[in-house]
Amino acid sequence: MHLAYPAVLAVLLFSVGVYGVLARRNVILVLMSVELMLNAVNLNLVAFDVWLRDTLHAGQALTLFTITVAAAEIGLGLAVVLLVYRTRRTAAVDEVTALGDRHEADELSDGEKEQAAA
Amino acid sequence: MSTLLAAAGSLEPAARSYLSPTGQEIVFLLVGALVLGAAVVSVTTRQLVHAALWLVVALGGLAVEFLLLTAEFVAWVQVLVYLGSVVVLVLFGLMLTRAPIGRSPEADSGNRPAALAVGAASAATLVTLVVDAFRSSWIDLSGAAGTTRLTGEYLFSHWVLPFEALSVLLLAALVGAIVLSRAKGGSADAKPRAGKLRTGLTKQKER
Amino acid sequence: MNLALPILVPALPALGAAAGLATGRRHPGLARPLAVLPVAVSAVLAVVTALHLGTGTTLDAATRLAPTGGPEISLALHLDGFSSLISVLVGLVATCVQVYSTAYLKDDPRYPSYAALVSLFTAAMFLVVYSGDLIVLLVGWEVMGICSYFLIGHHWEGADARSASLKAFLVTKLGDVPFLFGLFLLGADAGSFRITEVLRTAAAGGLQHPTLIALLLLAGVAGKSAQFPLHTWLPDAMAGPTPVSALIHAATMVAAGIYLVARLLPVFLLSSAALLVLAVMAAVTMVGSALCALAQDDLKRVLAYSTVGQLGYMAGALASGDRQAAVFHLVAHGAFKALLFLTAGVVIHAAHTNSISAMSRIDGLRRRVPDAYWTMGLGLAALVGLPPFAGFFSKESVLTAAEHAARGEALTGHLGPASAVPAAAGWTVLVAGLLTALLTAAYATRLWLVAFHAKPVAPAEADAPYSPEIDEADPAHAEPAAMRWPLWVLAVPTMGFGLLGLRTDWLPRLLDGEPLRPGFETAVLGTGAAAIGIVLGYAAWRTATARAAAGQPATDPGRLLLGPLHGPAQHGFGVDRLYSALFVRPTAAAARLVRFLDRAVVETYVRGAGAAPGWLGRAVRFAQTGNAQGYLSALLAGAVLLAVLVAVGS
Repeated sequence: MHLAYPAVLAVLLFSVGVYGVLARRNVILVLMSVELMLNAVNLNLVAFDVWLRDTLHAGQALTLFTITVAAAEIGLGLAVVLLVYRTRRTAAVDEVTALGDRHEADELSDGEKEQAAA
Repeated sequence: MSTLLAAAGSLEPAARSYLSPTGQEIVFLLVGALVLGAAVVSVTTRQLVHAALWLVVALGGLAVEFLLLTAEFVAWVQVLVYLGSVVVLVLFGLMLTRAPIGRSPEADSGNRPAALAVGAASAATLVTLVVDAFRSSWIDLSGAAGTTRLTGEYLFSHWVLPFEALSVLLLAALVGAIVLSRAKGGSADAKPRAGKLRTGLTKQKER
Repeated sequence: MNLALPILVPALPALGAAAGLATGRRHPGLARPLAVLPVAVSAVLAVVTALHLGTGTTLDAATRLAPTGGPEISLALHLDGFSSLISVLVGLVATCVQVYSTAYLKDDPRYPSYAALVSLFTAAMFLVVYSGDLIVLLVGWEVMGICSYFLIGHHWEGADARSASLKAFLVTKLGDVPFLFGLFLLGADAGSFRITEVLRTAAAGGLQHPTLIALLLLAGVAGKSAQFPLHTWLPDAMAGPTPVSALIHAATMVAAGIYLVARLLPVFLLSSAALLVLAVMAAVTMVGSALCALAQDDLKRVLAYSTVGQLGYMAGALASGDRQAAVFHLVAHGAFKALLFLTAGVVIHAAHTNSISAMSRIDGLRRRVPDAYWTMGLGLAALVGLPPFAGFFSKESVLTAAEHAARGEALTGHLGPASAVPAAAGWTVLVAGLLTALLTAAYATRLWLVAFHAKPVAPAEADAPYSPEIDEADPAHAEPAAMRWPLWVLAVPTMGFGLLGLRTDWLPRLLDGEPLRPGFETAVLGTGAAAIGIVLGYAAWRTATARAAAGQPATDPGRLLLGPLHGPAQHGFGVDRLYSALFVRPTAAAARLVRFLDRAVVETYVRGAGAAPGWLGRAVRFAQTGNAQGYLSALLAGAVLLAVLVAVGS
């Protein structure tokens, strides 16, 4: 089998995952897209492992580890999402912007300035 | 790298033709198209639960691809872990966050054009690179590389230490998930702290 | 003679000042002994030094500090009769002032720093008197200037004290800058800053620019000795405490300019133009200040203007080429003017006001302060020049010198030819001196009569101007002894010092050796002018009293005497206003212009430099949305871009 097939498929899956991570609004959908990206990497690992005929089978072993880590990741990620949802009643990524630049502070200080000027 | 590639890959020129695919290749390509299509639908559909279900299709298709690449054990692990637990977890998460059933107009954020651009750019770049690098490489699928027996042997001979470390990691993740999701006393009516949080939607509505 | 003695004279008060400043805040009890003792010991040492030195001898000692590229600067002593005489005067007055201040500023919280500054000032004056090197002399000269600034501004809570101290500092500095250049020029011409070297060069005709040097030095002398046109700071300096006025503005600092000219008189004798300028300056100062004194209502301002006038006499004597007369008058004036200021302090202390017309309404003021009453009478008699007080002899010696100069026989002694002094200078000084003698007698009489002898015609007004000085003394009690006995100590030389000039082997032996006996014609003329002035003052006072008794509004005798000149004279003939128009307002306008340029032009650049990064930052802020997806998009886009760049580049 041509190595290009799994490699290109992995690349395309990865890019689809990138799109999903960047475009989805719901955090759980973002996590799903992350799974897609991880699986693209898994595909690469398996394909190259077979191609290289690695005696240690590093690729497949690493794939197993990745799957395990991915399972842990999704569990922890969902726990975090649930926590966020419990405190904020939302699971939308673009509404969790507490670390952003505080525009309210600007508006407040502007208002104070106007008051002082008046 | 080139010496490694040359040593590893088959040098049989007749086998390299893209115009005369083998049976395995045809199946791989068909399943690959299915996987890709399911993935695309999964990241673009407006129905959240459907997205999860399309993810099942994509991941299952990937398991078939693993089988085609003779990675038998990995394929079953993929089915067990991903289809059996991860997707179920995701579905539970969707339900617990009260994801709307049916078409949801707000499934995509305003970042979509940028996401499309970045995704397309990365796809173009990587495809170009990968095709340029591996267009003449050939995988010899003759020997069974991923049977359960073989996998068990190398996993518990060469990779036993990382395996144990990973089990510790899993335990830590388990404890962490429990700690994170455990409701603190009376947190059912826990409110956001005043003045700290902002929801863009409500703000826009106020305006 | 042991050199330690003359060195200790300026060193002791300086050390006392340092100790007083160091301990004043923590040990206020030490302030008084630290103030009085070093100055008193210095005064005794000055007397001992003078006695050791004897008459007709000089002492020169110098040690070079470090080699300089140009003319040598050395720590030099130069002692002769002049320095002996003036150092004794300084020691006497400074001791009296320090003792007097212990009582006068008894409750002042800033007394320790005040006393330390007075000590430092005394040390600086001793340094000026003893110094044999012009640069060292300049150090003392400037230390006096800065001490004077601090002491005038002692009551800095008041706006007039602040502005007066600033004015004194700026005006004297205005003279000091040309003075410094004059010293440099003198040192460059003579090749040395040693006074003996300078005088030797001057005698040998080695100075190339005598007129320029003399005129530059005269600017500094005019500033320090309050001569027209730089006299304006002295009347305002009365905002300082009265003992300071007695020390600085009567006996010592203002005398420094006269002393310097007396020291360097051979240089001035080389330039008849400078002598003429000095004579005109002295004449204008004398007459103008006497007119102003006649119009003042503030007791201390009267005395200040009289100081300016008496300094004019000394300058006139120097312009006539007779430094003996100048120093004779300096010492006599120092004694009686210090006495007058100290009595004025006592009177102000008792009357709670500076205004003599307000004093005239206080019943029995003269009975309340009998010491001050009598000693002020003695001082005023000396000021007027009544025989046999000190002022008579010294003033007559000045007039005699002027008369000799007018006749072309100037009493230059061995310092230079008599022809060096232009006759015009002599005539100017003689006429102005006689006129001033008349005016001086008039204002002294007016002061004496109005302050002490007026009958109270109306109850004291509540809004009479009060002295700003802290005063908790009970007016019913007599003044403390520390404020009374310095008056009598100073009254002794006021009465008897003039007699020392009668015999050539007394005072003149100490100086240049020329006779100081008054000439017959000038004695008659001067005393006659003084008598006319007294009669005029008395008549004006009688008229004013009679008018007041007749129910008419009370008038000042000075107003009757001066007529239309009274208004301008009260304001110092508008010199301040002229300066304000000529210098202050243009400077203020220039400062406003600079301020405008700074605010509107320079600051615009600064603000722009600050605003540009601000706008940049505001633009960058828009990226900080807090949306993780946006950040991630940028991150991945950058990674792709880098990958492309690497792929294309390699």
